[in-house]
Amino acid sequence: MKRQLPLALVFIFGVFMIFQYFVPHEISETIFEFLLDWVYIIGIFALALGIWSLIRVSWDKIQKRKDNWQYAAVTLFGLVAMTFFGFDYGRNFFSAEGLQNFMFIHFFDYIMIPIQATMFSLLAFFIASAAYRAFRARSLLATLLLVAALIVMLRFNPYIGPFFAEYMEKTASWLLNVPNLAAKRGIIIGVGLGIVATALKVILGIERNYLGKD
Amino acid sequence: MNIFDRIMSLDRRWVFLLLAIVCVVTYVIPFPIKIIVTGEVESVYNFVDTLKEGDIIFVAIDYDPNSLAEMHPMTYSIVEHAFRKKLKVIFTSLSQNGPGMADQAIRDIGDSIKVDKTYNGVFYEGREVVNGIDYIFLGYKPYPALVIVGMGQNFRLPFPTDYYGTPLDDHPIMEGVQNYDQVKCVIDISGTSGVDMWITYGQGRYNFPLALGLTGVMAADYYPYLNSGQVFGILGGLLGAAQYEKMADNPGRAMDGMRVQLYAHMVIIAFIVLGNVGFLVSRRKKRL
Repeated sequence: MKRQLPLALVFIFGVFMIFQYFVPHEISETIFEFLLDWVYIIGIFALALGIWSLIRVSWDKIQKRKDNWQYAAVTLFGLVAMTFFGFDYGRNFFSAEGLQNFMFIHFFDYIMIPIQATMFSLLAFFIASAAYRAFRARSLLATLLLVAALIVMLRFNPYIGPFFAEYMEKTASWLLNVPNLAAKRGIIIGVGLGIVATALKVILGIERNYLGKD
Repeated sequence: MNIFDRIMSLDRRWVFLLLAIVCVVTYVIPFPIKIIVTGEVESVYNFVDTLKEGDIIFVAIDYDPNSLAEMHPMTYSIVEHAFRKKLKVIFTSLSQNGPGMADQAIRDIGDSIKVDKTYNGVFYEGREVVNGIDYIFLGYKPYPALVIVGMGQNFRLPFPTDYYGTPLDDHPIMEGVQNYDQVKCVIDISGTSGVDMWITYGQGRYNFPLALGLTGVMAADYYPYLNSGQVFGILGGLLGAAQYEKMADNPGRAMDGMRVQLYAHMVIIAFIVLGNVGFLVSRRKKRL
C-alpha cells in the first residue's frame, strides 16, 4: 500500500494532465485550476521544510563553531531580518504592505543587488584567466572552437575596419544559424524525446526512484 | 626561461589586474562606439514601435540581480519605449528575486517618463505612469510552467491580486483582459531557464508573439526558435540592449556598458592570442 498508493496517484494525475493539455473544455480547465492550487499548497510545505532545514543546519554550525560558522550567522540574520521587514515590522502578516517597507526595499536594493551583481561580475575575471590558459589550439577541434569564438567575439568590433567587419558579421551569422542551429536542434529534439520517455516511465510506474528505498 | 615560456606561465593576477584597469578606465572615460543593429533586435523594436496607443504588451522580468548588468538595460529601454508610445504594460516575474528587479525598474522608469524627451525626432511630453492604468505588476508565483499555463486561461487564476495586494479587477487596465489573447506580445527578459517554459508552455500552447531578452551566454541557444518563427526577436546580452537603445535613440546603461565590454573582450582576445603564440612556439621548440 505504501508504494501502490503513490504509484496509483502518479498514474491517475499524470494521465489526466496529459489529456487536460489537449482538451480545452470548461470542465477540464476547472479541474486544472483546482489542481494548480494543490501544487501551490504542496509547494508551501516544501518551503517550510526548506526554511526549517536552513535554520537547523545554520544553527548547528554556529553552536559547534564549525569552519566559517560566521557565514551561517549572517545567513540566519538575513532570513530573520528580511522576514521581519517583509511582514512590515511584524504588523501585517496577511497583506502585501511589507513589500513596500522602506527597510525591505533598501535591504534588497543596497545589499542583495550589489552582492549578487558582484559575484557575477567576478566571472569576467575568471573567464579571462581561463580563456588565456585553456583556449589553446591543441588539436583540430580545439582550433575550430578557438577560431569560431574569436569570430563571434570580434563580429561587432568597430576597430577591425568595414571590410573585415562585413565578413566577420556574415561568418558569425553563418556560425550561429547553421552549425550552431543544427547542433542545438539535435540536442533539443533529443532532450524532448528523453523528457517524454522519462515522464512515461514515471507515469507508468517503471521509474520508481522518486519513491525512495523504503 | 625565454619570453614564450614566461608567457605560458604568466601569473593569472596580471590578467586580473590588466582587465580591471581596462574596465575602470573605459567606464570612467566616456567615448562613443559604433553599434551595429542586427535583424533580431530590429524586429523587436519595430514590433513595439508599430503598436497603437492603448495596446497592451506583457513583459516578464525573469532575472535576478546577478544578471542585472545585462538585463536591466533591456527592461529599461523596452519599457520606456512602450510607455513613451503610451502602450500599457503588464509585468510579471517568475524568477525568485525578480519582483525586486521589476519593482526597481518600474520606479526608475516611472521617474524617467516624467521628463520631456525627443527620440528619433519625435517629441514626447513627460507624464506620470499610473499603477493600474498604464501598467500593472502581477508579482511572483513559483512553478513558472504552471503559472504560464494558468495565465493562458486567465491572469486571475495564478494572480488574483497584483504584487501590491490589490485585486486585478480593481485595476482599469485589466478591464476586459482575460489572458494572452488580449495582449499584443509577450517579451520575456530572462536570465534563467524559465525562458524554455515561455517557449514550450506559453508560445507553444497559446501561440502569442514572443520576443526574448537573454544574457549573452544564453543567446546562441535560442537561435533555433528564432529561425522556426516561434520567437520573433532576440536581444542578446548587453549588446542586444545597446542595439535597442540605439534604435530607440535613447542611449543609456547598455551603450555605456558596451565600452567596457568591448575593451574587456579585446583584452581577453589579446590574452588568448598571446597564450596561443606562446603555446605554438614552445611546442615547436620541444619538437626540434
